[in-house]
Amino acid sequence: MGLLTNLRDSVSRVTDRLFTDSEPKRIGIYGPPNAGKTTLANRIARDWTGDAVGPESHIPHETRRARRKEGVEIERNGRKVTIDIVDTPGVTTKVDYKEFLDHEMEKDDAVRRSREATEGVAEAMHWLREDVDGVIYVLDSTTDPFTQVNTMLIGIIESQDLPVLILANKTDLPESNVQRVANAFPQHETIPLSALEGENMDEVYDKIAEYFG
Amino acid sequence: MPEVTSDESADEPDGGVQIDLISGARMEGLTSMEKIRLILDGVRDGNIVILEEGLSPDEESKLIEVTMTEISPDDFSGIEIETYPQSQATDQSLLDRLMGRESAKKLTVIGPANQLETLHKDETLISALVSRK
Repeated sequence: MGLLTNLRDSVSRVTDRLFTDSEPKRIGIYGPPNAGKTTLANRIARDWTGDAVGPESHIPHETRRARRKEGVEIERNGRKVTIDIVDTPGVTTKVDYKEFLDHEMEKDDAVRRSREATEGVAEAMHWLREDVDGVIYVLDSTTDPFTQVNTMLIGIIESQDLPVLILANKTDLPESNVQRVANAFPQHETIPLSALEGENMDEVYDKIAEYFG
Repeated sequence: MPEVTSDESADEPDGGVQIDLISGARMEGLTSMEKIRLILDGVRDGNIVILEEGLSPDEESKLIEVTMTEISPDDFSGIEIETYPQSQATDQSLLDRLMGRESAKKLTVIGPANQLETLHKDETLISALVSRK
């Protein structure tokens, strides 16, 4: 009886693993607004599927709905890793429609954009708690990484034991300071890149395969 | 335990800014949503809320989510929140985290985004400017 139970458990473990491995991991791209999350999502999607994920913009909160690109197959060292990329709205604790007026937007459009942005942030937080298997955390390496949103989000990700890869984006800009990002989160590996220019994407894909494969 | 209600702020002198320093003991018996309600009710009244022991990562996540649902144009634009930057999660053992022993004890300052501005923050100091509405 004991032998049968052990055998059944072993078979169950193997089949569980087979099914788990065959399902693509959902990798959320998180970070503050304007860090380059959509640019990165588009870069990854275009490199491996030929399609884009969504529109990019210098105006904050361009992405106001989480967008998923399913079944992105990344090939590294003869091995294939399949992931679903989830591009999420930039996380913040405040949204004031007046900041959009500076981008030559009419008040009605600014108010609508801010309302959509708040819904998007709430949605992003929900995805983080419930629906992602790993996180790519994107930071603009030209700005101070010691912000409360970054501290809180990394804390939330760590508390859920999700694998996280920190990317210091915008290395094509002269003000970029990758070391400052690395110093802010010494407990994690920081990979520099320019998603816009496609710089250092090979290392990014190596790490995606290593962390989420 | 007496209930903290937002109308306590009605007694504030004109032009002043009320600061609520909430002890860890006061927060201890509350559920996550009660804590978030307590914070947001205070902040929406224009108060600065200081938590002796902060929130857990999960509660912080819900605080962001609920804050977002309450933002409305020309009325409430969200919160400013500050804690000391630290990497406590890495100092915790996996067992501690599995057992739910989260070392969330970190002083936390929360205020209305249009009234609280962080001037400087490092591992040992939070310097903030509080303005009237």
